[in-house]
Amino acid sequence: MQMIKVENVVTAFGNRIIHDGLNFTIKKGEIYGLLGPSGCGKTTLLREMVMLQKIRSGKIKILGKDVANIRRKDAQNLRRQWGVLFQFGALFSSLTLAENIALPLVEYTRLSKKMIDEIVAFKLSIVGLKQSDAYLYPSEISGGMRKKAGLARALAMDPKLLFLDEPTSGLDPISAREFDALILKLRAMLGLTVVMVTHDLSSIYDTLDRVAIIDNKKIAYEGTLDDIASVKSEFVQTFFREKL
Amino acid sequence: MKKVFSIECSDVNLLLKFEGKVNLYEVPKYEKKLAKVQTNSIKNITIDLSNVVEIDTTVAIFIYNIQKKFASKKVNLVCYDEKLLSTLELVQENMLHYNENVKPKKLSFLQKIGKIFYDYYDGLTAFISFFGQLFASNLRYLTSFKNIRYKEIAFEINESAIKALPIVALTSFLIGLVIAYQSAYQLKIYGANIYIVDMLGISIFRELAPVITAIVIAGRSGSAFASQIGAMKITQELDAMKTMGFEPFAFLVLPRIIALIIMMPILIFVADIMAMIGGMIVANVDLSISPELFIERFSQVVAAKHFFVGIVKGPFFAFLIASIGIYRGLMVKDDTQSIGFNTTKSVVEAIFAVIVCDAIFSIAFTNLGI
Repeated sequence: MQMIKVENVVTAFGNRIIHDGLNFTIKKGEIYGLLGPSGCGKTTLLREMVMLQKIRSGKIKILGKDVANIRRKDAQNLRRQWGVLFQFGALFSSLTLAENIALPLVEYTRLSKKMIDEIVAFKLSIVGLKQSDAYLYPSEISGGMRKKAGLARALAMDPKLLFLDEPTSGLDPISAREFDALILKLRAMLGLTVVMVTHDLSSIYDTLDRVAIIDNKKIAYEGTLDDIASVKSEFVQTFFREKL
Repeated sequence: MKKVFSIECSDVNLLLKFEGKVNLYEVPKYEKKLAKVQTNSIKNITIDLSNVVEIDTTVAIFIYNIQKKFASKKVNLVCYDEKLLSTLELVQENMLHYNENVKPKKLSFLQKIGKIFYDYYDGLTAFISFFGQLFASNLRYLTSFKNIRYKEIAFEINESAIKALPIVALTSFLIGLVIAYQSAYQLKIYGANIYIVDMLGISIFRELAPVITAIVIAGRSGSAFASQIGAMKITQELDAMKTMGFEPFAFLVLPRIIALIIMMPILIFVADIMAMIGGMIVANVDLSISPELFIERFSQVVAAKHFFVGIVKGPFFAFLIASIGIYRGLMVKDDTQSIGFNTTKSVVEAIFAVIVCDAIFSIAFTNLGI
C-alpha cells in the first residue's frame, strides 16, 4: 500500500529552483530517509508533504489524497493521522511538557483527564523522559529533551505516519541510538510509516529501509542502502565513504 | 471492520471482548460502558483480544488499567497476536513507575506573596545593575570621539525618530485641535476669545507636546527596542556578539539611547508647531481670530521660556524611554512568550516613568519660578 507518492515535484523560491522533478513512493510500514547535502531541500520537501509549503508543480499524494488540492475536511483528517517532529522540537512555550503532549488529545478526543494523564506519562516514558519532567516548561529544558518531548507530542495520537526532521541531531549518542531503537520498535508494533530527514550515519544504517538522495535538484538515488556504492554522486561517495 | 466492545457478566465471571480495529477515539465510550458494570462480586475477569485486528497505545493503556484495577482478582488475557502482546508489554514496562501523585506541590499563600515580592526585588536590583553597566560603558566609550558609532546612531535616528515624525505630527496636530475646540466654547461664554492664544501656548509648549511625543515614542520606538533586542537574545545573537568581543552596550544600547536623546527635542519641536497650527485653525474658525492676530498675540504673551521648558524635558524622556525599552529587551528569557510580556511591560513602564519625570519637572520648574 502506498502511503506517500511524490510525482514530478518542482519547487522554486522566486527564480531559484530547489527541486526539479522529484519522483518516489513510500510504502506502508517503511522507514524512509530523505538524504542529501545541506540546502538541497530535504526539509522543504518534508514541509511540502505536511502542507506547510506549496509546490510549484507536480503532485504529492498522502494516503491517496493530493495535498495541493484537498478539501479542508480531508486535510484536517489527514493532519490527525500524522505526527510531525520539527528540528528543534517546536514545543509551545506557554505550555508545560505535559500540556504540550496532551493538547491534541484534549482537542480531538473525549478522553478523561485521568486517562490523558496516563497517556502523557506513557509517551514521556517511551521517549526516555521522566515523569517529573512533565511539569517543566520548554524554556527550562535542554535541546535534546525538547526534541524528545517533541517526539512524544508527535506520537500523542498514535499516528500512522510520522515525519521526523533530523530527529537525532543534537542528541547525545546514547539517546540517539535509543531513539533509533524506539522508532524500530514502534514500527514493528504499531505499523508506523516513518519519513525522516537525517544526517546521522548510524541512524541511516540502523533504521532506514529505503532512501531518496536529493542532489543537484534531482533524485540522485532511490532505493535500499545495499546498492548505494554504485551511485555516481560526489555527495554519496564522500558521505558513505566509511561504510562503502 | 466493525469495532466492538462487549461486556458479558455472569455472577463471578466478567468477559470483556474487543473486536476489530480499536483506537483512542473509542476509549471514552468503552470507559463509560465499563464504569456502569457492578464489579464487586466478580472473581474472574477475561479480556478477550482474539478478534482484534489492531490496537493503539491508548487502548493498550486502557487494557493495562483494567488489569491493574482488578489486580486482586484473577485476570485472564486471551490474545494470540504477537504484535498486540508486544504493544501491551511496552505499555506495561513504561507504566510500571507511573505515579499519580507526582504533580508538583502548589505554593501556599505566604510563599506566593514572598515570591512576588522577591521577584520585584530581583527586578529592581537587575534594573539598578543595568544602569550601572550603562554608566560604566558610557565612561569607557565616550572618552574618545573615535568610539562613538556614528553609523549606528544615524541608522537609529532614522528608524526610531525620523520615521516617527508623521505620527508624532498628526497626533499633536489633533491634540492641539481638540484642546482649542474644547476651550473655545468656554472662552466664548466669557468673551475672552483672545486668551486662547495664552492658554494654548503655555499648555502645549510646557506640557502637552513633550508628554504626547514621549508617549507616542514609547509606544512606537521603545517597544521596538524591547522586541528587537529580545528577539536577538533568543536567537543567541547577543551571546555571539559577546564572544566575538563586541560589547552589546556599545553596539546596541548606546546608539539607541543617544539617537533618541538627540532626536527627542526635535520631535517635541515639531509637535509644538503642529499643535499650534491645530489650535490656530480652531481659533480662526470658531473664535474668528485671524492667523495674523493669533501670531501677533502669541509673540506678545508666550515667553520663550515656556518653549525651552518643554524642549529641555526631551532628552530626559528619551533616556527613560530608550533605557527602559532596552532593559526590557535584555530581560527576555529563552522563550517566545517573554518577548510579548517584556514588550508590553516596556511600554507601560516607559509611559509611567515619563509621567513621573514630568511631574518632578513641573514641581521643580514651578518652585524655581520658571
